[in-house]
Amino acid sequence: MLTALDKRLLEEIADLHGDPPGAFNIRKDGQGIERRSLEGIEIIPKQDQPGIDVIVAAGKEGTVHIPVILTETDFSDLVYNTIDIGPGADITLVAGCGIHNPGQGEARHDGVHKIYVRKGARLHYTEKHFGQGEGNGKRVLNPKTVLVVEEGAYAELELVQIRGVDDTNRVTEAEVLAGGRLVMFERLLTDGEQTANSDMLVKLMGEESTTRIISRSVAQGRSRQTFNPSVRAYGPGRGHVECDSIIMDNAVVRSIPEIWAENADAELVHEAAIGRIAGDQLIKLMTLGLTEEEAEEAIISGFLK
Amino acid sequence: MLKLENVNLDLPGEAEPVRILSEINLVFETGKMYALTGPNGGGKSSLARVIMGIYKPSQGKIIYDDEDISELGITERAQKGIGYAFQQPPRFKGMQVSDLLNLAKKSVEQRNCSVLHQIGLCPDEYRSRELNNSLSGGEMKRIEIATMLALNPRVRIFDEPEAGIDLWSFNQLIEVIGSSHNADTITVIISHQEKILNMVDQIALIREGRVSMLGDRDTIWPQIKESALCSCRQNCTLEENINADCPR
Repeated sequence: MLTALDKRLLEEIADLHGDPPGAFNIRKDGQGIERRSLEGIEIIPKQDQPGIDVIVAAGKEGTVHIPVILTETDFSDLVYNTIDIGPGADITLVAGCGIHNPGQGEARHDGVHKIYVRKGARLHYTEKHFGQGEGNGKRVLNPKTVLVVEEGAYAELELVQIRGVDDTNRVTEAEVLAGGRLVMFERLLTDGEQTANSDMLVKLMGEESTTRIISRSVAQGRSRQTFNPSVRAYGPGRGHVECDSIIMDNAVVRSIPEIWAENADAELVHEAAIGRIAGDQLIKLMTLGLTEEEAEEAIISGFLK
Repeated sequence: MLKLENVNLDLPGEAEPVRILSEINLVFETGKMYALTGPNGGGKSSLARVIMGIYKPSQGKIIYDDEDISELGITERAQKGIGYAFQQPPRFKGMQVSDLLNLAKKSVEQRNCSVLHQIGLCPDEYRSRELNNSLSGGEMKRIEIATMLALNPRVRIFDEPEAGIDLWSFNQLIEVIGSSHNADTITVIISHQEKILNMVDQIALIREGRVSMLGDRDTIWPQIKESALCSCRQNCTLEENINADCPR
């Protein structure tokens, strides 16, 4: 039975109001508490380790929610999920983790997702992180996503973390096969003493495999962020990496994009920028009647949209 | 009514402050349209920025509807009904055209569509466009004008609205600015374009930080065109200088 707090966390990370549409698995404090499979979308608990297998049949269309919530302090959760999107299927997958840490101990979630997007399939994947809690205990989230985008398949990953999480170490590794396309949007806001590290490695393995990585972040307070997006082309693939950060207060941001080609027909581009909010942007919005604080908020909110 | 009384503006220079505007005295009456024209670097945009509160004058007063607004900031002046369309509008990564228009007036979607139509941009195509480098300078400029229309302030200052805009859009722009003006508004346009100068009631020539000439358009524009010589060379007319054709 979901409590009011559980529901609030689920709203934040998965925009869930009531029963999720489609198939779902809700994991709370280390246990699967609610689950629904559908014809063509099977969710099966793993026997050898914590986590689930999500198996989507060929050609199936639908939505799958697999959120995780933590509501205890001094608690660590580790989960391995495997998601197999069958050939030609079209799936929206909503993952994410919400932590409410009520005490002084650490609340931590380590999640490993292995995702296979089979030939010609389409995946829209959203992973949102959220943290709150009245205690001083740390809220820690370490997601690892390993993805294979097969021939002619398309995957779009939206990775979002806006405030509330003290430490995060995100690892994303992907292999894109011939004709496969992978787009990743990463949006991150840290504040206070929070730290965030994001390592991304995309391997373009075949002809006409493409990727685009767009990372936007805002670092406030004394928070620290590090980005290491890397695109490697082993065939005639195309890749674009774009990292933009707004730095404020006494924050520290490191952005180290890498492009690596092992084929003369590969086309790889990277761009990276770190800077404060431009004065003329603030002034422009103030001429519309916004206060400086409102203008700053509107600029950040637009930037991370 | 908007009045500037003995306004001086000094901005930081390399060694010491540089005088940008000197003894500016101007009266803008409600219901009238004004043009500020003059050579590049003469102080026109600085004057607009002083009115908007972006620059704080080192001396003098700005009176709006009998209230001294000299000490008010940008936000307060905007809330009192003063609007400023930038010469070079800034870009906002991630923010969409509709977001900006919504901020301008917290306006209903219908009005956003209407103002985009007015400045010749198809709402369906542009509403969700990001205000980043994917938009040309001309498109940014037209969106800036649309934002002013959405804001619908009583005092509207357009800083070189024609800059970067193609001829077809320019004619449309003149029509939009003209038709948006009414008996309750003050429109001030910084421009070098004769077509714009022809639509205003009064023209002020701003040169070397001073109001060099001022008067009704029909009286003052012929004088500006015919009598004055620019300072760079004897056979270059001020009109050529104003139009930035003077080979310095």
